[in-house]
Amino acid sequence: MDTLIHWLQSPWPWYVAGPIIGLMVPLMIWIGNRSFGISSNLRHLCAISQPKSIGVEFFQYNWREQNWSLVFAIGAMLGGFLAGVVFANPEPISLSVAFLTQLAIWNIPIGEGFLPPVLFGFYWQSFVIMFVGGVLVGFGTRYASGCTSGHAITGLSTMQAQSLLAVLGIFAGGLIAAHFITPNLIGGIKP
Amino acid sequence: MKRFIPYLLAGMLFGFTLVKSEAASWYRIMEMFHFQSFHMYGIMMSAIVTGMIGVQVMKRFTGRASLEGTPMEIPKKESGRYKFVIGGMIFGLGWGIIGLCPGPIFTLVGMGSVGALFALLGALHGTWLFGALRKHLPE
Repeated sequence: MDTLIHWLQSPWPWYVAGPIIGLMVPLMIWIGNRSFGISSNLRHLCAISQPKSIGVEFFQYNWREQNWSLVFAIGAMLGGFLAGVVFANPEPISLSVAFLTQLAIWNIPIGEGFLPPVLFGFYWQSFVIMFVGGVLVGFGTRYASGCTSGHAITGLSTMQAQSLLAVLGIFAGGLIAAHFITPNLIGGIKP
Repeated sequence: MKRFIPYLLAGMLFGFTLVKSEAASWYRIMEMFHFQSFHMYGIMMSAIVTGMIGVQVMKRFTGRASLEGTPMEIPKKESGRYKFVIGGMIFGLGWGIIGLCPGPIFTLVGMGSVGALFALLGALHGTWLFGALRKHLPE
C-alpha cells in the first residue's frame, strides 16, 4: 500500500507518461469514435455562454452533442486535483542543471507548484500576463483547429500533413516566446 | 448519464498523467523550448509512437461499433493551409509565455491554480475573438 501511494505521489518518467497520453487516441475512438483533443471545449464553453443577442455564427451549433468532450475536460480537472492535491509530490520539481542556471540568470525564483511564484502569486502583472497569454492560446488553437493533443498527438499519430504544419507553427511560436519574450516579461516582475 | 462514465475516466487518466509527468508545469515547458532536458521530447515522441500503433490497431476495427454504438473510423482534420501555420504560431507564442497549453489549463484549474484560472478566462476570450473575426482571416 505504501509503495502504491509513493508511486502515485512521485513524478512519472517520460516513458510511462508518454505512452498513456498516446493511448488516448485509440481509447477515444474505441469509446465513441471521437477524435482525442481538448481545446474544442473552449469553443463549447463560448457556445454555452453566448447570449442570443450577440449571435456569432461560429458559436451557433448544438453544443449538447459535444457533451462528451466537456465531460472529458471535467475528468481532466478531477485528474489534476487527484494528482496535484490528493497525491501531491512532496519533493520540489527536479529540473535540469542547465535550466536551473537559466532561471537564476533570469532572476526567477522557484516555488512550490507548477507555475513560478511570480506567475502564480497575487500580483496584478501576473494576472495580466496569464490572461493575455490565455487569449493567444485560445485564439491560436481555434484558428489552427487544435492544440498539442489534437494536432501533435492525434494529428501526427494519424499522419496528417495539416497537423505537421500546425506543430511547426506551434514550435516556432513557442521558441520565439520562450527565448525573446518570457525572460524579459517575467524577470521584470518584482514580488 | 452512464454513457459519459468512460469519458470521465479517460479525462481523469489524462489529467492525472499531465500532472504526474509535470507536462502541466511551466518549468518543464520552458526547459523544453530551451532544449535543456529530454523529458518533454520523450513524452511527445513516445505518445506519438503509441498513438500511431494504436491507430494501426484500430484500423482493423474500422466500421465496427464503438462502446457507444457509433461505427469507428480514423479521425480527419479539416482542410486549409495558412490557418494551421499562423494559428499554431499564435498558440505557440502564448504557450511559450504562460507555459500551459489547453489540457494543462484545465488540469491546473482543477488543482485550484488562480493563475491557470486567469489563463482559462483569457483562452475563452481568445476563442470568442477568433469566432468573431473568423471570416476575415486567411484559411
